[in-house]
Amino acid sequence: MSSVTLHDVRFIEPERTRNYLNVDYGVFSWLLTKDHKRIGILYMFSISLMFILGGFFAMMMRLELLTPEGDLLTSDTYNKFFTLHGIIMIFFFLIPSIPAVMGNFILPIQLGAKDLAFPKINLLSWYLYMIGAFVGLYVIITGGVDTGWTFYTPFSTQYSNTHVFGTTFGAFIVGFSSILTGLNFLVTIHRMRAPGLTWYRLPLFVWAIYATSVVQLLATPVLAITLFLLMFERVVHVGIFDPALGGDPLLYQHMFWFYSHPAVYIMILPAMGVASEVVAAFTRKKIFGYKFVAFSSLAIAFLGFLVWAHHMFVAGISIYSAMIFSFLSYFVAVPSAIKVFNWTATLYKASVAWMTPMLYILGFIGLFTIGGVTGLFLAALGLDVHVTDTYFVVAHFHYIMVGGAVMAYFAALHYWWPKITGRMYPEWWARLSALLVFVGFNLTFLPQFVLGYLGMPRRYHAYAPEFQVLNVMSTAGASILAVGYALPLFYLIWSLRFGHKAGVNPWGAVGLEWTTSSPPPKENFHETPVVTWDAYDYPAMLKAMGETQNV
Amino acid sequence: MLISDFPLFPEQGSTVAGQVDALFIVLSVITGSVSILIFLLIFILAIKYRRTPQNQLAQDQEPPQMLEAGWIGIPFVIFMGMFVWGAWLYFRLARIPDNALDVYATGKQWMWKFQHSTGQREINTLHVPVGRPVRITLASEDVIHSLFFPSFRIKADVLPSRYRTMWFQATRTGRFHIFCAEYCGTQHSGMIGWVEVMEPTDYQKWLAGGSEGSLASQGEKLFQTHACNTCHTNDATARGPVLVGLYGSDVTLGDNSVVKADDNYIRESILNPQAKLVKGFGPIMPTFQGQVSEDDLLKLLAYIKSLGGAPAPSPAGTPQKEQRR
Repeated sequence: MSSVTLHDVRFIEPERTRNYLNVDYGVFSWLLTKDHKRIGILYMFSISLMFILGGFFAMMMRLELLTPEGDLLTSDTYNKFFTLHGIIMIFFFLIPSIPAVMGNFILPIQLGAKDLAFPKINLLSWYLYMIGAFVGLYVIITGGVDTGWTFYTPFSTQYSNTHVFGTTFGAFIVGFSSILTGLNFLVTIHRMRAPGLTWYRLPLFVWAIYATSVVQLLATPVLAITLFLLMFERVVHVGIFDPALGGDPLLYQHMFWFYSHPAVYIMILPAMGVASEVVAAFTRKKIFGYKFVAFSSLAIAFLGFLVWAHHMFVAGISIYSAMIFSFLSYFVAVPSAIKVFNWTATLYKASVAWMTPMLYILGFIGLFTIGGVTGLFLAALGLDVHVTDTYFVVAHFHYIMVGGAVMAYFAALHYWWPKITGRMYPEWWARLSALLVFVGFNLTFLPQFVLGYLGMPRRYHAYAPEFQVLNVMSTAGASILAVGYALPLFYLIWSLRFGHKAGVNPWGAVGLEWTTSSPPPKENFHETPVVTWDAYDYPAMLKAMGETQNV
Repeated sequence: MLISDFPLFPEQGSTVAGQVDALFIVLSVITGSVSILIFLLIFILAIKYRRTPQNQLAQDQEPPQMLEAGWIGIPFVIFMGMFVWGAWLYFRLARIPDNALDVYATGKQWMWKFQHSTGQREINTLHVPVGRPVRITLASEDVIHSLFFPSFRIKADVLPSRYRTMWFQATRTGRFHIFCAEYCGTQHSGMIGWVEVMEPTDYQKWLAGGSEGSLASQGEKLFQTHACNTCHTNDATARGPVLVGLYGSDVTLGDNSVVKADDNYIRESILNPQAKLVKGFGPIMPTFQGQVSEDDLLKLLAYIKSLGGAPAPSPAGTPQKEQRR
């Protein structure tokens, strides 16, 4: 066994051209694959379709909101559209996005492993996801659901006459996909690191995925229980949440947010991991305060479990418990702030390349900051009473989930695209898309903060006329955003055939994934790598490469 | 289009509006300046240290590690300040002034029904006097709603399971939005209305307009039509407990535990009488679940309140417990 040293990095373009894509062909070589890379690709296809579908519902909502009157869609249709938008984007796109696509593809390679610990369970996860997705699609085709993605009782159990059972059943199934993926990652990270790859040599993406997996494993079963009880009450009419049957509607909210608040961290922690990878790669620097960034992921995962009732400050909980949840919510803001400051500090005396993944991540840091600081407003009890359930909340969580998680997903897609496909995307078009997404996003959601403080409630099909100007701005922004998101679909597919060959390490980045060929061979590495360097050891690597190579 | 058609900041209509706005503005200034500082830093650093043929290598030089302690410690202290201010305001919002005017609100798909203690009833409109605290007791007939007065900066979820209260004191006359803020089904965005804040004299005139007698007297009629008075004769030897002086007093139950006879206790004792049996009384009262509408329940409540009670009547709902002295 020979070790791959930094010095070898640019020289090991292997002669063998067999890779995971051309090792075998045929539908079943994909549908029955146990290769983590192919499963990652399967996820990429599935969630891209879901993203397009969820985006369609978003666009229809924005078009409806161009005018104060409810004139484009009926109120029932509008209610179904925002419900489906939320359910699809959260359960079927954001939660699997970075972990199931990038985590699946990149994580084992970053660890120097041949595959995940349980390849068959990995495939099972994708099938569970697909079953859940088909149940969801069946619901959409047969009439939809109008409860909001939160399924609040007793509306969902007694009053809604739409497909609540089917939808919650779909979310229930897809939850198991998430649990199994988390379990698989945890075991892999513990057991399958390459020789010499100690915990503090791990890329920060691995730390972030580790923290995410802990949350997936511990929180998602609570969602399963909650949705099961909801289905049970809806079908059998046993009083659990419905007061008319002797249940307690607030119990539902507690149980729902016990999962759904940590779920926010399932979405944002991997995004933070991507940010660390990309910042390091495009500054050629070790992330400032590596251990702080690593442990802040774990701190967020832990504290994320203790703040759920901050969604319920006006719901009728006691003011003393509200006080405790507000207090703890400010705690969770600290590790998030640590990360932002550390990424910024990494730029100091760096070599910053303004390439597309970096543009997306610089945008991510800015938008995540806005999303984070507006969370401070919502955690302030007396202020939350006014802004909760308004467009202020809508803007806040879109800054975190779209400005944060989706931006990072696109950054990851561009950053690892050469590794996944062996081809470069067209840089000019990609930069344009990053710019459009950033501008469009801000134009869409900044006005919504103002709308929210003015008092426009969320989930409104029609609204008071004085809110129109800001809504028109928001819809205009959404159109730009849609173009920004649509562009990659075209140029990435184009690049599969016409893109430049990527080579082993197009970015001049360090990390085990940049030591194997692009696309990687089926077994990832021809020989098991031995790690002798710290994460992001750029000075050593660049010395090895010499300063002449211009990337 | 006039600038007045395009507001960027909501009008202030209540005593707490200014306090909420003050917190909002201070938070905006603090977080806005920190965010702009971060954006500028990113922008300047990313340009100054951009990759050039001369700058292929990041320099092996880091900012001082002490920064870590700074940006953990300083934000934490600021966050704690935000927490204390927010909690202080929340407690103020929960403390209901003693001389508050009582109004009862029922949310139902998809309208707001308001009842005044003088007996007036209105739908999607609420008339209140300026300069006087108004306490609203909230009930829902079906799903969860949320009564939201943006100009007063308050909202409260309205639950089908129990009463809650909220209060405000309007500071200027005029017409302000009422919204439902918790999604409640098809016509959620149509579950809106107006609060009309009037001069006290105008309000008195408005009250003088027709009503079917005070809310308590309407409750008394219901008390007879539902035959409550056959057992609750207000005689110590009757089959039902005495209701005079009940409201807000301590009640000893069959298991010797003591509960406060607040709004929610009375509501539960009508809908589910067996849940908390008063010591010395048998489980003979039938349930009125599904037989009395939320509106009528509030009338019965107003009647029982009118029978007098403990010196400091307690408002409903857990959040107001600290108000008791």
